[in-house]
Amino acid sequence: MLEIKNLHASIGDKEILRGVNLTVKPGEVHAIMGPNGSGKSTLSSVIAGREDYEVTSGDILWDGQSILELAPEQRAHLGLFLSFQYPVEIPGVSVSNFVKTALNAVRTARGEEPLDASAMLKKMREALQLLEMDKGFLSRSLNEGFSGGEKKRNEIFQMAMLEPRLAILDETDSGLDIDALRIVAQGVNGLRSPKASFVVITHYQRLLDYIVPDVVHVLYKGRIVKTGDKTLAQDLEVRGYDWIKKEVE
Amino acid sequence: MSQDELLHEVTASEYKYGFYSDVETDRIAAGLSEDVIRMISAKKGEPEWMTDWRLDAYRVWKEMTEPEWANVHYEKPDFQAISYYAAPVKKQINSLDELDPELLKTFEKLGISLDEQKRLSGVAMDVVVDSVSVATTFKKTLAEKGIIFCSMSEAIQEHPEMVKKYLGTVVPKSDNFYAALNSAVFTDGSFCYIPKGVRCPMELSTYFRINEAGTGQFERTLLVADEDSYVSYLEGCTAPQRDENQLHAAVVELVALDRAEIKYSTVQNWYPGDSEGKGGVYNFVTKRGICESHAKISWTQVETGSAVTWKYPSCILKGDYSVGEFYSVAVTNHRQQADTGTKMIHLGRHTKSTIISKGISAGRSHNTYRGLVRMGPRAEHARNFSQCDSLLMGDRCGAHTFPYIEVKNATARTEHEATTSKIGEDQIFYCQQRGLDMEAAIALIINGYAKDVLNQLPMEFAVEAQKLLAISLEGSVG
Repeated sequence: MLEIKNLHASIGDKEILRGVNLTVKPGEVHAIMGPNGSGKSTLSSVIAGREDYEVTSGDILWDGQSILELAPEQRAHLGLFLSFQYPVEIPGVSVSNFVKTALNAVRTARGEEPLDASAMLKKMREALQLLEMDKGFLSRSLNEGFSGGEKKRNEIFQMAMLEPRLAILDETDSGLDIDALRIVAQGVNGLRSPKASFVVITHYQRLLDYIVPDVVHVLYKGRIVKTGDKTLAQDLEVRGYDWIKKEVE
Repeated sequence: MSQDELLHEVTASEYKYGFYSDVETDRIAAGLSEDVIRMISAKKGEPEWMTDWRLDAYRVWKEMTEPEWANVHYEKPDFQAISYYAAPVKKQINSLDELDPELLKTFEKLGISLDEQKRLSGVAMDVVVDSVSVATTFKKTLAEKGIIFCSMSEAIQEHPEMVKKYLGTVVPKSDNFYAALNSAVFTDGSFCYIPKGVRCPMELSTYFRINEAGTGQFERTLLVADEDSYVSYLEGCTAPQRDENQLHAAVVELVALDRAEIKYSTVQNWYPGDSEGKGGVYNFVTKRGICESHAKISWTQVETGSAVTWKYPSCILKGDYSVGEFYSVAVTNHRQQADTGTKMIHLGRHTKSTIISKGISAGRSHNTYRGLVRMGPRAEHARNFSQCDSLLMGDRCGAHTFPYIEVKNATARTEHEATTSKIGEDQIFYCQQRGLDMEAAIALIINGYAKDVLNQLPMEFAVEAQKLLAISLEGSVG
């Protein structure tokens, strides 16, 4: 469903992605690992359509169609979701209002009726339960004064509400203690289905103990330099990245 | 979309309400003199004491000079070039059906047709078009409770003792340049009296419009809440688009007697001028209320219009334990300039005031908060809390904050908080990633920022205000 072909992208004069190839099929979970500065977050931003980056060559296909010309919200309407590494605060906008507005915007764009209040509330309750959050959370200002763990849980909560076809989790594990990690992973696993795909970006094996990937890629200097199964992640945990760097250079 | 394109789109939206309704108008020649004032007074059939009151104000005004301390720059109005009186010719309206169809169309364009308003949960309106009230509804229901809600002209005829007793007691003729001018030439406005112990059963509402080109409009509003009474008053304003600057210098006086409460809400959407700052309304308003003991006055304003705004709704907390509140959202875009804020004058003991001001600047506009908190020597244990936030959109606009604090009593406490922030690309991208387009994203962020103030507005007004904020700042119109 997602196909990235020889993708090159730069910010300013600096080329960050130098020919990424990646194919994600429905129902698959892919992990992308790699040392700092290898282009992991850039890749997720470019897929989501952030303007700061310029795609200089290559293509991103969604169900076989290029999405490079689509605005970020149009990509979201297709069913793309990005769990942000650093979710922003929006003071005065409650979590429930934000999620309601987002979900109805997506539904409207797809030609569906907006959800009525009771259906919306029911859906929110289910999502809260999945993430072991209480409903007081809904009335708080979006991410304002949230702890690191709460911010990440809020991302997964929104994911559960929006039910994307492809979710990219950008370092969702960073800044999480072990309990929060377990809950977040449980949330993600609860959403796994033959139709939903995930791209999990992480530094560490830790998260992958909970969210077990089908495929593991190593991104280094803007290219995917190694692809394997879940044992590759375990190797990296033991041996670090140096051996890969040596292999590449 | 790049930052520049985004800013352009957001700031390029033109005024939605630019049109001119063709109603026959009775107006007098431009210029100001004692004769003109006598003529206004005569046209309105006023008693002699009123004429004298106006002439007295005119003499005071003649000796005054226009104030220059505000952080706004504009071409000063030529007071001899303004016509001080314009009234729609057709009068004697008993029902809405008799209204000039042109006028009704005007209201429809504004989306505030009277019919619609009538349906909305009991809003009584005193509609002011070019200075003279043409329709008053729900008067009967109010009369049953002993509430007087009428035009100022009518009040001068029907309730002279009350007008005499309160007019000019909160904002004296000599208060400031524009208040003096208003006192001399005001043509109409609203008068409201709530008797002792009465809770007004509906929101009272006036929609002001400046209609005739070159007609300065000088409303005079006087609202008296007798002991233990309560009233919520709504004021909404939209002016049609004209190319020459229009002067508006209103005076609003509120009197809250012992234990009375007045809630005064304004949504102001006058023509701000085009994107180069041409045209637009000058809004120089004096609004002030006085609180007797245990009384409360709450000012809530959403200001999105006018080329130049100079406005400080204030409270004199005279009685012990009285409360003053000021909640404000002021939006400036294009070349708009706003210098607005409040004065909380604490005279009585245990008086309390709250100021929440939210400025939003876009385009090349300048938005100034100017506020005074004064704790008098008798104001024991008085308290104030002020919060002044500024939000900037782009890097060509300005936000300024001038909080003045004077404390003459050692037991009084005052707190001031201020923040300045920008709408970040990060915030917009985040919303877009969740499926909102840019306009929806900006509307959501702005409404969140202004929430503390919007929450103070009555329901149907809050919805209108939210829309207005979105319209003022977004590229899409309609």
